[in-house]
Amino acid sequence: MTGATALAPALAPAPAPSALAELSQETLALTKRLFLQLQRRPSTLVAGILQPLIWLVLFGALFAKAPAGLLPGGVSYGRFLGAGVIVFTAFSAALNAGLPVMFDREFGFLNRLLVAPLRSRFSIVLASVLYITSLSLVQSLAIMGAAWALGYGWPGGAGLLVVLGTLLLLVAAVTALSLGLAFALPGHIELIAVIFVANLPLLFASTALAPISFMPSWLGWLAALNPLTFAIEPIRAAYLGQFSLTRVVLEAPYGNLTAGQCLLVLTLLSVGLFLSIRPLLDRKLS
Amino acid sequence: MIRLEKLSKRYGSVQALAGVSLEVPAGCLYGLLGPNGAGKTTVLRILCTLLAPDQGAVTIAGINALAEPRLARQQLGYVAQEVAIDKILTGRELLELQANLYHLPRAQRQRRIAELSELLSMDAWLDRRCGTYSGGMRRRLDLASGLLHSPAVLVLDEPTVGLDIESRTALWQVLQQLRDGGTTILLSSHYLEEVDALADRLAILDGGLVIAEGSPAELKRNLGGDRVTLRVREFASPQEAEQAQRLLQGCKGVRQVVINRAQGHAINLVVDGDEVLERLRQQLSEASLPVFSLAQSRPSLDDVYLQATGRTLLDAELAAVASRDPKAEKKQAMR
Repeated sequence: MTGATALAPALAPAPAPSALAELSQETLALTKRLFLQLQRRPSTLVAGILQPLIWLVLFGALFAKAPAGLLPGGVSYGRFLGAGVIVFTAFSAALNAGLPVMFDREFGFLNRLLVAPLRSRFSIVLASVLYITSLSLVQSLAIMGAAWALGYGWPGGAGLLVVLGTLLLLVAAVTALSLGLAFALPGHIELIAVIFVANLPLLFASTALAPISFMPSWLGWLAALNPLTFAIEPIRAAYLGQFSLTRVVLEAPYGNLTAGQCLLVLTLLSVGLFLSIRPLLDRKLS
Repeated sequence: MIRLEKLSKRYGSVQALAGVSLEVPAGCLYGLLGPNGAGKTTVLRILCTLLAPDQGAVTIAGINALAEPRLARQQLGYVAQEVAIDKILTGRELLELQANLYHLPRAQRQRRIAELSELLSMDAWLDRRCGTYSGGMRRRLDLASGLLHSPAVLVLDEPTVGLDIESRTALWQVLQQLRDGGTTILLSSHYLEEVDALADRLAILDGGLVIAEGSPAELKRNLGGDRVTLRVREFASPQEAEQAQRLLQGCKGVRQVVINRAQGHAINLVVDGDEVLERLRQQLSEASLPVFSLAQSRPSLDDVYLQATGRTLLDAELAAVASRDPKAEKKQAMR
C-alpha cells in the first residue's frame, strides 16, 4: 500500500496553465484515442479504401470501350471517373465522422468526458474533425495513387494542392453534417441507416459517373445542386491541368460556374453547416 | 463540503426529485441509501454537473456548481454506475487520457498512475486491453480514473453492485483510507449493510425525497424498541400471516406490524420491553397459531427505512425492479 500521497486530496491547485495549452492537451489526448482505435481496428481504414478502389476498377472498366470523343474534352472514361471516385472516397469517410461520437453517447463514454473539467467541450468535436480529416485525406491519397497506377492520371504539384484543398472543404461540410446527426439521432442504428441511404444516391446524383450533358434535365438539376459536384469539377479540372479560379468548370442548367465559385459554395456550405449544428452541440454538451 | 439545496428534477411525467437538501461535511464518508428509482443517481448526476436541476442549488467546496461547473468539476472525482470503458484501449491508456482531460502535467500523470496502480493492485493487468477485464478490475480502473487528479470530493454511484465479496471488501478499505486521508466521499447504495458499515452519515432517499438523515447509530437509536421477526411457519400463507397480523396489532406494547413478503410472509414488528414478547407468545398459542421462529434484534437501517416508508427496502427494491423502464433510463443517461 502506498502512503498518504496517493490518498490525500490535493491541497492547493497547481498554477494554472494557459487556456490554449489546456485546450491542446485535451484535444490531442482525445484525438490520440481515436487513432489508437483505428490502429487496433484498421478495418474502417481498409474498407474505406477498398470500396472506392473497386468502384474505380469496375466502373472504369465498364466503359473502357465507349466510343472515343463521347465525353467532354475527349478524355477516357477512367480519367473522367477518377475525380468522382476521389471525391466519393473523402465524402464516405467524412460521412462516418459521427459514428464514434454516437457510440460514445450510447455507451456513456461521453459522460466520462463531460465530467472532466475540459477547457472547452468543443475539444471533443475538434478531435473528431482532426481525426476524420486525416483519415479521409489518407484514404483519398491512396485512391489517387491507385488511379495513377491504373493510368487515370496524376494532378501534379499545384494540382495536388487544389485537390487536397477542395477535399478539405468538402470533408469539413460533411463532417459537420455527420456530427450534427450523431447528436440529433437517437442511436447508431438510425445513424448508420441515414449514412447508408444517403451514400449512393448522392454519388449517382452528381457528376462523379457521368457529365450533366448525359442526364435528363431533372437529374441534371439535382447534380448541379449536389455539393459533391462542386468538389468533383474543380478536381477534374486540376487532373486535366486546366485549373484556374476563373475557368468555367460546371455547365449547370442555371448557368455556368467557375472553379472559384464552386470552391466558394463549398466554403459557405461548411461554414453554414458548422454554424447550424452549433446550437445543437451547445445544448448536448452543456 | 457539499451542499445541495432543494433540488427538484422532473423527467416528463416522473418527478425524480422533489426538493432534496443535503449537507456533507468535509472529510465525511456519506451514504445515500434508497431503493432503485428513489432518485440517488439523479442527485449524483446533478452534483457532477451532468444534469441541470429544474430548481435548487449545488455548492461544492464553496463553488456554485451550477454557475461555475468547470471549477466544480476540478474538485470532483466521479465513478459512475455503468462503467463506460473503451475496450480497445489498455487501462493505462485510459488513465492517461483521463489525466490529460484533467490537464495534469506529464510528470504528475506518470506518478499518479503509478501510485494508484499500486494502491488498487492494478500493476499486473494495467497494460492489458480493458475488454479483457473482469467486473472488479473495471471498477478499480474506474475508481483510479476518478482519483487521478486527487479530487477533494469523490462521488461513487453504487460502487459495489455486481462485485464479489473480496473485491467489495478491498474497495471498502480503499474508501476508508481515502476518507482518513481527508477526501470527502459521497456514495450511493441500495445495500443497507454497505452504508451501515461504511458511512459516517447517511440520508435515506425515497420517492425523490430525503426521508431520514443522520449517523447510522443516531438513526437506529432514535427509533427505540426492539425489532422482532416472527414466522408462524417457515413459509406462511398470506392468509395465515394476515390473521397473525390482526392479532398482533391488538396487543399492547406492539407497534408497526407489517408482513414481509420478501421473507416468506414473516411478520416484522416492534416491541417495547421483553415482557411484551411473552404475552405475545401466549396470545398466539391461544389463537392456535404456531410459532416457527421468533427473532429479536436492535433496530437496523432497514427498520429506519421501514419506519419512514411502511415497507422494507427489499420490498421497495422488488417493486422498483418490476416497474423499471430501461429504455427511459437509457434516454435519461444519454446526451
